[in-house]
Amino acid sequence: MTDATVDATTESTAPRLLPVTDVSLVVLIGTSGAGKSTFARRHFLPTQVVSSDFCRGLVADDENDQSASAEAFDLLHYIVGKRLAAGRLTVVDATNVQPEARRQLVRIAREHDVLPIAIVLDVPPGVCAERNRSRPDRQLPAHVIPRQNRELRRSLRGLEREGFRKVHILRGEAEVAAAEVVPEKRYNDLRHLTGPFDVVGDIHGCRSELETLLTRLGYSLTRDAEGRPVDAAHPAGRTAVFVGDLVDRGPDTPGVLRLVMGMVAAGHAICVPGNHENKLGRAMDGKKVTVSHGLKESLDQLAGESEEFRAEVREFMRGLVSHYLLDGGALVVSHAGLPEKYHGRNSGRVRSHALYGETTGETDEYGLPVRYPWAEEYRGRALVVYGHTPVPTAGFVNNTLCLDTGCVFGGSLTALRYPERELVSVEAEREWYAPVRPLITDAPGAREGRPLDLADVAGRRIVETRLHGRVAVREENAAAALEVMSRFALDPRLLAYLPPTMAPSATSRRDGYLEHPEEAFLAYRADGVRHLVCEEKHMGSRAVLLVARDGAALERRFGVAGPGAIWTRTGRAFLDDDGLTAAVLGRVRSAAERAGLFEELGTDWLLLDAELMPWSLKAVELLRRQYAAVGAAAGAALPEVLSALERAAGRGLDLADLTARQRQRSADAGAFTEAYRRYCWPTEGLSGIRLAPFQLLAAEGANLAVRPHDEHLAWIDRLVAADDGEEPVLHRTGRVLVDTEDEASTAAATAWWEELTGAGGEGMVVKPLASLVRTTRGEGRPGGLVQPGMKVRGREYLRIIYGPDYTEHLDRLRQRSLGHKRSLALREYALGLEALDRLAAGEPLWRVHEPVFAVLALESEPVDPRL
Amino acid sequence: MSISTTGSAEDPATDLGFLLHKHPGKVQRFTTSHGEAHVFYPEAGDEVCTAALLLDIDPVALVRKGRGDGRGRGGSPDFALAQYVNDRPYAASSLLAVALRTVFRSAMKGACPARPELPGRARPLRIELPAVPANGAGEGGGPAMVARLFEPLGWRVEAVAIPLDESFPEWGDSRYVRIALVSEAVRLADALQQLYVLLPVLDGAKHYWVAPDEVDKLLAAGEGWLAAHPERALITRRYLARRWSLTRAAMERLELARLAEADDREVEEVDNAVDDRPEEEGARPEEEGTQGSGERPAEPERPRPPSLAEQRRAAILDALRETGAARVADLGCGQGELIGELLKDARFTGILGVDVSVRALQAASRKLRLDRLPERQAARVTLAQGALTYTDARLKGFDAAVLCEVIEHLDLPRLPALEYAVFGAARPRAVVVTTPNAEYNVRWESLPAGTVRHADHRFEWSRAEFGAWAEKVAAAYGYTVVLRPVGPQDEEVGAPTQLALFTATVDGPATAVDAPPTAVDAPPITVDAPATTGAATTTTPEGGEPR
Repeated sequence: MTDATVDATTESTAPRLLPVTDVSLVVLIGTSGAGKSTFARRHFLPTQVVSSDFCRGLVADDENDQSASAEAFDLLHYIVGKRLAAGRLTVVDATNVQPEARRQLVRIAREHDVLPIAIVLDVPPGVCAERNRSRPDRQLPAHVIPRQNRELRRSLRGLEREGFRKVHILRGEAEVAAAEVVPEKRYNDLRHLTGPFDVVGDIHGCRSELETLLTRLGYSLTRDAEGRPVDAAHPAGRTAVFVGDLVDRGPDTPGVLRLVMGMVAAGHAICVPGNHENKLGRAMDGKKVTVSHGLKESLDQLAGESEEFRAEVREFMRGLVSHYLLDGGALVVSHAGLPEKYHGRNSGRVRSHALYGETTGETDEYGLPVRYPWAEEYRGRALVVYGHTPVPTAGFVNNTLCLDTGCVFGGSLTALRYPERELVSVEAEREWYAPVRPLITDAPGAREGRPLDLADVAGRRIVETRLHGRVAVREENAAAALEVMSRFALDPRLLAYLPPTMAPSATSRRDGYLEHPEEAFLAYRADGVRHLVCEEKHMGSRAVLLVARDGAALERRFGVAGPGAIWTRTGRAFLDDDGLTAAVLGRVRSAAERAGLFEELGTDWLLLDAELMPWSLKAVELLRRQYAAVGAAAGAALPEVLSALERAAGRGLDLADLTARQRQRSADAGAFTEAYRRYCWPTEGLSGIRLAPFQLLAAEGANLAVRPHDEHLAWIDRLVAADDGEEPVLHRTGRVLVDTEDEASTAAATAWWEELTGAGGEGMVVKPLASLVRTTRGEGRPGGLVQPGMKVRGREYLRIIYGPDYTEHLDRLRQRSLGHKRSLALREYALGLEALDRLAAGEPLWRVHEPVFAVLALESEPVDPRL
Repeated sequence: MSISTTGSAEDPATDLGFLLHKHPGKVQRFTTSHGEAHVFYPEAGDEVCTAALLLDIDPVALVRKGRGDGRGRGGSPDFALAQYVNDRPYAASSLLAVALRTVFRSAMKGACPARPELPGRARPLRIELPAVPANGAGEGGGPAMVARLFEPLGWRVEAVAIPLDESFPEWGDSRYVRIALVSEAVRLADALQQLYVLLPVLDGAKHYWVAPDEVDKLLAAGEGWLAAHPERALITRRYLARRWSLTRAAMERLELARLAEADDREVEEVDNAVDDRPEEEGARPEEEGTQGSGERPAEPERPRPPSLAEQRRAAILDALRETGAARVADLGCGQGELIGELLKDARFTGILGVDVSVRALQAASRKLRLDRLPERQAARVTLAQGALTYTDARLKGFDAAVLCEVIEHLDLPRLPALEYAVFGAARPRAVVVTTPNAEYNVRWESLPAGTVRHADHRFEWSRAEFGAWAEKVAAAYGYTVVLRPVGPQDEEVGAPTQLALFTATVDGPATAVDAPPTAVDAPPITVDAPATTGAATTTTPEGGEPR
């Protein structure tokens, strides 16, 4: 009977299940011809398998060249290391019958904090020899397989001792054939749990405060017959997460354990162990430990509990997993924090770091070990929440959060509501235990702008932007930006934004013009943008202002005290004079106060984009050296030229054409001098200084730059109207709204521009009224970003850019290429908004600094500077 | 430019036309590399004859031509330094010199086949140039410079500075000078040759569009008179400076120049980490103050006492040797002067030079001849770009770090970031810091009172200020510090340089009970749950209260 035969076969070789952790190093062990490659092919992806034969081939063009073995294994180890560093399951297909070969693999697994797993294919030597004989490409000397078999036999019993955390031995061909690999999750992998969570800091036996906190978080407590809390559940199904150090020092360690163990058992909570649980557990297991740091209180209190409860506690302690990955990997919880490379990994040092943190080997003045500032260096995307080190208040550092606010020392007990990122805390009822040192230490890296590292900015980089995808920064541009940023720019903590460059409108063919509004309107119309705003382009220099509402506001938010800052396009302090800077900021602050902007926007600081005038205030050196100098040279030379020409013409020489041309040059030079003079006027203190803000960039928790321009102008108008003082500092930005579908509207705007520039104005900037706009592709799908603005510069102003007599060379100057400038403008725009987004989201300094630095780097790209 | 001569009926001034090979009755046009030149005669009589050369430079062609290899993507002019707003079309610059050679080639050679006797004869000449750029460039420009250059050649010089803008008298004079050169008797060919060489020397500005071969021709024209000129050193130096700018324009990366331009700043204001003077000039950016405004030591050949920079390096080396350091990071290494000294001592086995300026690092690499050092020697040195306001993993693990004349180049509010990056994060066992002693500045005669020694110094500290800073940093980061003077000691104001040697306080390893386990390689290891195949030991690490 066919069925019976099948059954019998199945029974004799019942499928052997081989659990393999999803991130681990699988070491196949077996003699040549044991079927390792076949086994690997059957159970793993081709890319997961690294074979010594393959590596031999790579380095020596011959898979059987034994003389290349050393180099081949170097390569194999290198590949294995790269894969494990990336957290990928890796299978080593080599004989691995010698302890030395395995020792190296175990070492590599430990270096990357993954479990080494051994799978032994113990196939009789005869079978192996036969298989080898049938392989035309491999002729082994007869003694090789017996020798390998002897080595294998000697190895079998010691594999666990060598460090393999799982050892699967498959004996004989049938067992090999019937084996089935079963992927197994790591214990710390709870990524499928998405919360929401309430992560609770170090409790240390403060049961009463814990009850208060859980109640405040909305949990309802369940009590046993004696009124002791034994569980707490949240009506909305939230899960509590305890970061460890439930025990020791405080008044009621058993009470805390009873409640937390109840919650964990009921599935209402998750708990990771702290170093105190670790030590208490060992003490309760009868191990010899030093009784100190509040352990005695726990042992005494537990002595009053039942033997049964103590057994439950021991069981609970033993089952604790050092750290957890939650919410798809976006949240990591461990007692003492965890660097990114340890997330989800599994090794002694991972557990050690999770429980104790890392120390520098030094001790402080109280004899306590100095912590290694791992959070400072942390650059991971997952939020790491931890406790362990008491801090006065919980604060985010590089996407890490220490929740230990020293409740037992008279501080508070703090919880993080996740994903809301809200902190909830309750004050300690009293100081339960005297701290060894005062609770005034900083969370590592919280101050002094420490968290910025060179690796955050240097070299070729890709910055991910929400609006424009990946923006690349070239190495040479980053190098230049590094020099400017570190030598000349303001403190990066203040420098939350750098303004993007802006492209001009397409080159006009209109007689006498290089730029004209018509092209801007047409371009936006072609992009499907109907409503535009034309804003007057002021005759000053770009300035970004960070304005504090009060002296402490910036200290709180940016870590730098003071009234704020004003900076230029490359991040330099706009004014050398701190007093004058403060005076300008003071005027903006009081105007914003009177206009109610702080209240309305719920912020105690504002970031503004503005133009600061006159141009000579900042660029007087450039004006003198370049612009005025050219005017002076022309003014000295051309009258002499004309005089010489007139005298020569008086002699009857035919110089009419040449004279006409020189007269034109002279007139152009005069117009040029007039043009730059409009940008110069004297200032004395605040007197003469004019600030024309045109956009509110950001306020607390908000990227305002994406809001429509009519909103911006309304805010700005209120700000300007609220300026006081005998001589106004704040100035309005003239504007005209345009409907690109309405010819009367575009004509009116053109007339406005002509009037503006005819009177010597610089020109205007044309922007989509809605600010952030994308083109629409077919079926209304959003396309690329539309230029956020185009400048249309006045005919006279362009003499400052293209030279005094550029109007004589228009045909050639029209051959200008805008493509790179436009692309640059979009990339910088996206980076600027990215920085503001990250600032609004409260992301770490390095995340805000990254796109800001990238804007500066892109500014050093080769693009026609006249555009 | 106009050239006038006087004469009489027997010796008519219109002979100038023969000399110049240009007929006084014509208007002639010539094409030069940068635009059109016109020659015409406003006056042509026996008594007075004036020839005018009008060079009508095409500014657009100038910029587009100059972009050369720096051509940007999309065919746009990529030459941050080449401005359309340019004085070249108006000023009598090196471009005029080039045009002279084109237009008056024969006259310059002194050839005149029609009247062979004329070129050898000296005539009265008056040469007028309405706007000549006479740049100071640290050597005193303006009318004085014109006189220095032309008077030794026998010219009477009338030179008047032209104001920048009469609307803004506070801006002062421009760099342009209205010049008239008058001589009772000079050969025209000599006059033209002298102008040909000296106009560019006066100019001294950047000449990104003059080809190198043209520059060489300029110098060749100095034969016969340049050797005897008392200012030949100045002429040569400025000639070389021009060469240097030329090289820079062609070879260097322009990223920094673009960033300067983006902020309406002079390129030199930003890209100033490396002195632009040619290296053979002995540019010593760290020698500020000792040489003042460009005055050279009178007799450089005489053996001289060690310069302050040399004394400073010696003091640093002494301090490093005391610490027993083998691996040294030179933070802010500039052009590698100290690294050169470190290389001479085999005890320094690993030397890292870090500077924020890529140009400085390139110069250091060139000066240290890193590419030509024997492999083992070269392996001792690494140069890397870095900024000390950022922490940098590459700086960890050194025995000592040197901050030689570095801190004063940082704005004071940024100094804490450097303190942390060096003393907190990199944490070498020893740190040597040197900085100027501001008190000593009164002893530099050439240094105006109240100014700093180098334009980029953001601050200079007194001994008390530096001492207080050093104590504060040492206390904050667990170092001890000793302060030392460097250079000649003055009873009242101390030494010109101050040095601080920081040594990390040696802490024993953390006490056993508080230390978490550190051994990670040795079994037994710890896991979160027992392995499936048994035998695994679950060992809890020894340790306890880490707080």
